[in-house]
Amino acid sequence: MLNLLEELEQRAAQELEGVNQVKELESWRVRYLGKKSQLTKLLRSLATLPLEQRKAVGAFANQVKAKLEDGLKQKGQVLRETQLVTTIKEKHIDITLPGRPFPVGRLHPITQTLHEICDIFVSMGFQVMEGPEVEWDYYNFEALNIPKHHPARDMMATLWVDVENESGERTMLLRTHNTSQDVRVMEKMSPPIRVVIPGKVYRYEASDATHTPVFYQIDGLAVDKGITMAELKGTLYEFARRFFGEDRKVRFRCDYFPFVEPGVEMAIECSVCGGAGCRLCGNTGWIEILGAGMTHPQVLRRVGLDPEVYTSFAFGMGIDRLPMLRYGIDDTRLFYGSDLRFLRQF
Amino acid sequence: MKVSLKWLKEYVDVSLPLADLAERLTMAGTEVKGWQVIGGDWENIVVGQIVAINPHPNADRLTLPTIDLGTEKQTVVCGAPNLRLSDKVAFAYVGAQLIDGHTGEVIRLKPAKIRGVVSTGMVCSEKELGISDSHEGIMVLPAEAPVGILLVDYMGDIIFDLDITPNRPDCLSVIGMAREVAALTGQGLHLHEVGYEEAPLPIDHQISVDIVDPDLCPRYCASLITGVKVAASPRWMQQRLLACGMRPINNIVDITNCVMLEYGQPLHAFDYHRIRGKKIIVRRADEGETLVTLDGVKRVLSQDMLVIADPEQAVAIAGVMGGADSEVTQQTTAILLEAANFNPAGIYHTGNTLNLPSEARLRFERGISPELTLPALKRATQLLIQLAGGEAAKGLVDAYPGKLEPEPILLSTGRVKSLLGVEFSPEQIIAVLASLGFDCQPAGSASEVWVTAPYWRSDINLAEDLVEEVARIIGYDKIPATMLSEPVPRQNPQPIIRLKQEARHSLTGYGFQEVITYSLTSLELLNKLLPEPRPLEPAPLRVANPMTADQEYLRPNLRANLLAALSANRRHEEGSIRLFELGRVYLPRPKDLPHEPEVLCGVLTGPRFEESWHGGDESLDFFDAKGVVEGLLSRLGVEASFEPGEDESLHPSKQAAIAIDDNRLGDIGELHPKVLDAFEISGNVYLFEIDLTALLPFTIGHKLFQPIPRFPAIVRDIALVVDSGVAHRRVQDIIGSFSLVSQVTIFDVYSGGQLPPGKKSLAYRITFQSPSHTLTDEEVNKVQQQILSKLSGELGASLRA
Repeated sequence: MLNLLEELEQRAAQELEGVNQVKELESWRVRYLGKKSQLTKLLRSLATLPLEQRKAVGAFANQVKAKLEDGLKQKGQVLRETQLVTTIKEKHIDITLPGRPFPVGRLHPITQTLHEICDIFVSMGFQVMEGPEVEWDYYNFEALNIPKHHPARDMMATLWVDVENESGERTMLLRTHNTSQDVRVMEKMSPPIRVVIPGKVYRYEASDATHTPVFYQIDGLAVDKGITMAELKGTLYEFARRFFGEDRKVRFRCDYFPFVEPGVEMAIECSVCGGAGCRLCGNTGWIEILGAGMTHPQVLRRVGLDPEVYTSFAFGMGIDRLPMLRYGIDDTRLFYGSDLRFLRQF
Repeated sequence: MKVSLKWLKEYVDVSLPLADLAERLTMAGTEVKGWQVIGGDWENIVVGQIVAINPHPNADRLTLPTIDLGTEKQTVVCGAPNLRLSDKVAFAYVGAQLIDGHTGEVIRLKPAKIRGVVSTGMVCSEKELGISDSHEGIMVLPAEAPVGILLVDYMGDIIFDLDITPNRPDCLSVIGMAREVAALTGQGLHLHEVGYEEAPLPIDHQISVDIVDPDLCPRYCASLITGVKVAASPRWMQQRLLACGMRPINNIVDITNCVMLEYGQPLHAFDYHRIRGKKIIVRRADEGETLVTLDGVKRVLSQDMLVIADPEQAVAIAGVMGGADSEVTQQTTAILLEAANFNPAGIYHTGNTLNLPSEARLRFERGISPELTLPALKRATQLLIQLAGGEAAKGLVDAYPGKLEPEPILLSTGRVKSLLGVEFSPEQIIAVLASLGFDCQPAGSASEVWVTAPYWRSDINLAEDLVEEVARIIGYDKIPATMLSEPVPRQNPQPIIRLKQEARHSLTGYGFQEVITYSLTSLELLNKLLPEPRPLEPAPLRVANPMTADQEYLRPNLRANLLAALSANRRHEEGSIRLFELGRVYLPRPKDLPHEPEVLCGVLTGPRFEESWHGGDESLDFFDAKGVVEGLLSRLGVEASFEPGEDESLHPSKQAAIAIDDNRLGDIGELHPKVLDAFEISGNVYLFEIDLTALLPFTIGHKLFQPIPRFPAIVRDIALVVDSGVAHRRVQDIIGSFSLVSQVTIFDVYSGGQLPPGKKSLAYRITFQSPSHTLTDEEVNKVQQQILSKLSGELGASLRA
């Protein structure tokens, strides 16, 4: 009996050695460990043996069964491993083929720039506010110390809407700057005020590489007790540092706008020549990016604010120029040409 | 404005290097845009004197002048017709850089043999020196030019190109700029004494002035000079005028222009004998009154224009242009010289209406001081006597109805600090203001001072104006940069800004490229949206002064511009195009500003997927557009319905109106074939246009969380047969109305085949779920049966066999 088991074990081990496929392994299992296998039969018939023999044979048979099961498990693992390796090899893909095309949409570079600028000012406590593009003469000019016949009107050639009031005058225009909204904001809100006003502005100007009749501006306004020009400088320098980078030089110089006093023009060092002077900066080394100043006391008084109590600063910056400088774009009309070959680059 | 450095130096010492001076001026408010060096290339060119002129042995038209150059004499060959013995000339040695008189090219002078005579130098014309285009003869220098010195030392100059801000008419003059330079560099200002001898006969015996409209003419001054000789002005004066961009005319006119450039006060010279009645009347023009101006144009005037007139007729448009009739001519022997002050707005209006820009107008419009008339008039009178001969009548006419006393302004150190954020001492402040010619008098306290602006500073009215003076002279770079302090104001963001951002990000996520088009468009483009021509209703807002015809109207929609953009891109772009714009449209409102809603418009066309090795060549269709809109609305948490539409630009049977309740928010559909033709687009195009401003209220609201279902769902598929005309939406609404139904999805639409004609099959997957218990098959069967009988009853639907 024991011999028989020994022989069985040897035969099974030998056959297992030769098994190379999962199917063969299964039939091996049925043959040696299945319900109808010799070993199973033997184990079932143990009860018929005399007690002493039953103990010895039983122990040995169980030992053999364990060995065979162990062998089966190991072989199974080896076979699955081999098969996996084969499958992995067979199922390889050419990862250099392009992916399934998803249409890719992009924001217009002006929108991207506006978002970036607004984020910077919002982080300094400014709130984004928008206002009408078609405006009354009052908000665009009169309230900003630019009465009719003021020479500053020549600096902002105006597109007028073809609507006349009862006295036959044209009083509706396309705003020439977002500063018109400064007045509306001060009429509606009470200090402390910190707002930025992005949006389209319009000029009666022929288009060329540096001019378009419609373009974007962002205006800023801060009103409170104790607002100073030092804070205007701090705010704008911080903006310039974040937008143009740590190392870009910035300049504050005296300039004139009827609605501020003192008035300021801010320029950044020319990105092309690094300040040495080139065609882009008109040989000055500087590129003007915005006008600013302390809000004129008459403007404050007009909206019911006492300039002895409240001070205010305001600034206005053209947007289109910024992506032009950043990306080296040489024609501002490209922004409004809707050409995908241009827009896809941003 | 152009200013000559040489001229400037007559009034102020300039010690700073050029670049530093330019930097200081720019920082302080007068931008130096650049400068031109006159004579920078004049190496080896000196002042010489013609001491002999001999004929050329081989040519009649050439001569051999001998030029004394101080240390030596040179004889050269010359072809100029205007050589005169003892004239001073510019002599170029071999090696000098000149401009070729014939070709205009820059050349270097070489020795030459001309008709057998060697010439090692040249007598130069103005063109050869780059001064002007004159090449008819050599340039003759003034007799006082010192022989032997470099021409650049005698005639060289630097011409600054300055950008003068509109508030500083005083800086539109050499003296004004000299004052700025003096204050900025701490140098002294040298003003010349002006004086001349007068004839015994008083001026008021010879001319009288009557200002009828003093509101338009605060001051009118005049001098009278008789016995003048009209001729060309001296070279130095012509050169100054040319350098400053003005054309020399004759000595009289050139003097008025020269003094205007020097003092900033425009002057006008009348031929005294042409003034009838010896009386000047300053009055408003009669309606329709005409005057032939200096340029020979007959001008029709109106009542809001001011004229200078004699008792019979107008002789000049005040401050804008003189009349031809009283113009100074070669025959003129007596000059009535006018220095007046006119109302800036009046000049602006008149000049603008007549479209006459001029240097005089520029200065009047910006509000020069009436106090400027007399100094300038005296200076011009002096020059007239010097350069045109004659004698001045005794005294001057001075009618000054608009005299205003200067008002002192109280300035405190506190005000300076509160505006600038940095403290300056009273001494610093007073020193700055005094350097600019301001009068400072002590006030009640040590921190305050009474300041009176000098007459030429007509821009100074408030303490804030003085603060700017202090800041710009001390330097804006001395102002510290500090961050805004607390408290940060409360924020009340406009919800539309958030909605626009969300919409933009959604659309780019769906593969749409954002474009921005002009808000101005043309009727022609807008009309392309109409399959049948008709007037646009309501008419879009028109710009009264459009720059071009294609920018004449404010757009009432985005689609016209967007389709034009699509059409333009199609010329070079294959494959699919998805564009969107988010911007305003302008809808007229009676007696008010237009309504400016924010609108989102998208267009899509071409294959659904780019051509690729993955295959798939279906075209985009209506349901791609609808999917985008549904996706966007779903992100915004809005449920809208798609109702049959009536948008005339869209395909009549492939379009829908997007609505919430009864509010129509937009349209979606395939473009009408005629519209596509008009925009020259081939292939189907799908469009949606949504009014975000109208949508906004539906996106705001309180959302409540729905618990995740705790009990399992049972899913059943049913296929229905209905009449072809039954809309899916009606079936879905009926199925969805049962409370145990949590979701209805249509997964197949089929017609033809074994189905009878006029019928279609719709297949739905229905999800049943209860929030309170696990459903049994029996429960679901019961509800499903109810659904089927309701569908059968209301829509005639039957289960597909």
